Amino acid sequence: MWMRIYALLIKEFLNLLKDKKSRFVLIGPPIFQLFVFGYAATYDLNQVPIAIYNEDASIESRDLIARFNGAPAFKKVMHINRHEQIASALDNKKVLLIVHIGQHFSRDLLSAQRPAKVQILLDGRDSNTAQIALGYAQTVLTEFNLNWARQHKLPLPPAKLEIRAWFNPNLESRWFIVPGIVGLLTLVVTVIVTALSVAREREQGTFDQLLVTPLTPLEILIGKAIPGLIIGMIEASFIMFMAVIWFKVPLVGSIAPLYIGIVLFVFAVIGIGLMISSLAVTQQQGLLGAFLFIVPAVILSGYATPIANMPPLVQDFTLINPLRYFLIILRGVFLEGLSINQLFGQYWPLVIIGIITISCAGWLFRRRMY
Amino acid sequence: MNQRLIGLIRKEFLQIKRDPSSLAIAFVMPVFLLLLFGYGVSLDARHVPVGLVLDKVSPEARSFSTAFEHSDYFVGLHFADMRLAQKALETRKINAIIRLRSNFNRQLFNQESAPIQVIIDGVDANTARLISGYIQGTWDKWLSHFAEQRGTALSKPVMLEQRIWYNSALRSRNFLVPGLIAVIMTLIGALLTALVVAREWERGTMEALITTPVSVREVLLGKLIPYYLLGMGGMLLSIAMAVFLFQVPLLGSLWVLLLTGTLFMLVALGMGLVISIAAKNQFVAGQVAIIVTFLPAFIMSGFIFDIDSMPPPIQGLTYLIAARYFVAILQTVFLAGNIWGIIIPNALALLVMAIIFFALALWRAPRRLE
Repeated sequence: MWMRIYALLIKEFLNLLKDKKSRFVLIGPPIFQLFVFGYAATYDLNQVPIAIYNEDASIESRDLIARFNGAPAFKKVMHINRHEQIASALDNKKVLLIVHIGQHFSRDLLSAQRPAKVQILLDGRDSNTAQIALGYAQTVLTEFNLNWARQHKLPLPPAKLEIRAWFNPNLESRWFIVPGIVGLLTLVVTVIVTALSVAREREQGTFDQLLVTPLTPLEILIGKAIPGLIIGMIEASFIMFMAVIWFKVPLVGSIAPLYIGIVLFVFAVIGIGLMISSLAVTQQQGLLGAFLFIVPAVILSGYATPIANMPPLVQDFTLINPLRYFLIILRGVFLEGLSINQLFGQYWPLVIIGIITISCAGWLFRRRMY
Repeated sequence: MNQRLIGLIRKEFLQIKRDPSSLAIAFVMPVFLLLLFGYGVSLDARHVPVGLVLDKVSPEARSFSTAFEHSDYFVGLHFADMRLAQKALETRKINAIIRLRSNFNRQLFNQESAPIQVIIDGVDANTARLISGYIQGTWDKWLSHFAEQRGTALSKPVMLEQRIWYNSALRSRNFLVPGLIAVIMTLIGALLTALVVAREWERGTMEALITTPVSVREVLLGKLIPYYLLGMGGMLLSIAMAVFLFQVPLLGSLWVLLLTGTLFMLVALGMGLVISIAAKNQFVAGQVAIIVTFLPAFIMSGFIFDIDSMPPPIQGLTYLIAARYFVAILQTVFLAGNIWGIIIPNALALLVMAIIFFALALWRAPRRLE
C-alpha cells in the first residue's frame, strides 16, 4: 500500500512542480505578498499629512505647533491662511487633519480664565484612521497641558492615567498582522493545491485512469492530501522564519505549540480543499469553490478586523472557521508565549473540523468513484 | 464586421447561459461578498469588556468605575484583586484592566495627580489604540464631572474641540462598504474574463476561432461586451445594497458612480483578458487572477489600511492597483459628494490603466497558431 501511495505522491509532485508556471504560482506570489503586505497592512499612523491654521502669532501657539510637527504620526504639508482653504484641503484629501488655533489662543491661555481652544478638523471618511489621528492629537494636547501646568505652577488634574499595553508595548500593528499573514498564506496555498488536484484530473480525463489502477479510494485520498500537507508546512515555516528574521516580530513562545497548530490547521484545510475538489467537475468550478471558501474564511477570522466587533450571529458562525483558531494560536505563541496547555481550547476545534472535513471528503470521493 | 461581432457576442451569451458559473460570478458573488464583508468587517469597538479593580472602595473610586459601567463603549466587570483580573486578561475575557490603588482617594485630594493604572491587551494593536482613546475620553469626562461636583473649575490650559467632517458618527461601515464595492468588483471583473480566453485555449476552440475570418479585435470585443454588461449589473446591485441595506449615505450622484464604475470595470476586465492571454490555462489564469486582484485590492487600495502610512516604496506600488483609484472615488462620492478634485484625477488614472491593459491584450493576443 505504501509503495502505491509513494508512487502517487511522486506523480502529484511532478504535476505540481514540473510546469514552470504552476511552480511559480506556488513560490513567487506568497513571497511577494509576505513582503508587500507585511509593510502595507498597518493601522499605525505614520507621517499622516496635516495642515496648520494658526491665527494667533504667539510663542505659545508656535510651541504647540512644534509639538504637532514633532509627533512621528504627523507631517505638516501645508499652512492655511484663510478660512476658505479649509474645505478644499479636506475635500481633496490633501490633509487628514487640520489644527486650527484661533486668534484668542494665547490670550486665553495666559489669562487662565477659560480654557484656550484648539480646534481639530478631521476627514472622517476613513473613520478608523480619523479616530486614531484624533487620539494622537489628544495625546499631544495632554502633554502640552501637563507641561504648561508644571511651568506655570497651575494645579495638576486630580487623577492621571498610566496606560501600559501588554504583549505589544509599542502597539505596533505589524506584530499583529504579520503572524496573521502566516495563517492567511498557508490557507491560500494549501486550499489551491488540494482543491484543484482532483478537478484537474477529472477535466483531463486522467481520473478514470487513476481509478483503474490498483489504488484504493483511501490511498488516492492520502496521495492527494500529503502534497498539500508538505507544501503547506514548508510555506508556513518559511513565512514564520521571515516574520522573525525580517520583520522582527518577537517569537516569545516555543516551536512545539506552533507546529501542533500548523499540522492540525493544514489537516482541516486539506479536508476542505479535497471536499471542494471532489464536488467540482472542472477546474473553474474548483477555483470558484476555493475562492468561496477562502474569502469568508479570511474575513471571518479576525485577521484584519476583530471578531468581537461582528454581530453576535456572525460571531457564532466564525466558530466553524479553522483560520480563526489558527490565528489565535499564531498570535498567542508569537506575542504572548502561550503553551500547549493554554492552547488546548484552540486545538480541539481544529481536530474536530479536520475529522469532519476529511471524512466528508472521503465519502464524497467514494461516491464519485462508483 | 458588425455581423461577426454580433455573432461572437451571441455565442458568448449562449455559453454564459449554458454554464451559469459566469452568472453566479457576476450576481451571486457580489451579494454574497457584500453581505459577508458588510457584516463581518467592522472596526467599531463597542461594549468592550474591561476589568475594574478597586483596591479600596471609596465614593470617588465608585464614581470613577461607574463612569465605565455607564459608557456605551465599555462593559465594566469588577474583579476582587489584580491577580484575577490579569488571568481574565490573559484568557481574553477582558480587553483591559483599570485599577485604582488603595491610596487613590488620598492622592486625589492631595494635589498630586492620583495615578490610575491601565493595562491594555496589546496583541491587536489597532483595537488597543481605540480602547486607549475611549478610556482617555471617559477619564476626561469624569475629571470635569468631578471638578464640577466639588464646585471648582477643572484647570485645563488648552481644550480640544473636534470637528469631524463627512462621517461625523465615525461609523466604520460607511467607509468600508463603498470601498468593498471596489474590492469585490476588481475580483469579479478579472475572474469573469480571466477564465474565458484560457478556456478557449484549453478546449481547443481558440484554434477554431483563429481560422475564421474574425479579427483579433473582434474576438476581444466579443469577450468584453458581454462580460462588461454582466459586471455593471453586479456593480449596480452592489450600490443598491450599500444604500438600501447598509444605509450608507450617497451624497454624490449615481451617474458619477456609474461613469467611473464603467472605467473601473474596463480596467478589471482588461486585466483579466491580459492574464488569460498570458496564461493559456485555466489553472494558472485563475490563480493569478485571485492573487493579483483580491488580496492587493483588499490590502493596498486604502480600503482598510491607510495608504499615507505605508512606507514610500509600498505607496509607489499602490499606484499600480486599480482599486486604489476607485476606492478613493467611491468613498468620496458616497460620503462627501461630487468633489471633482478627487474624482477627475482618479478617473483619469483609471482611463490610462484601461488603455494600457487593452493595448497589452491586443498586442499579446494570439494571431496565428504556433
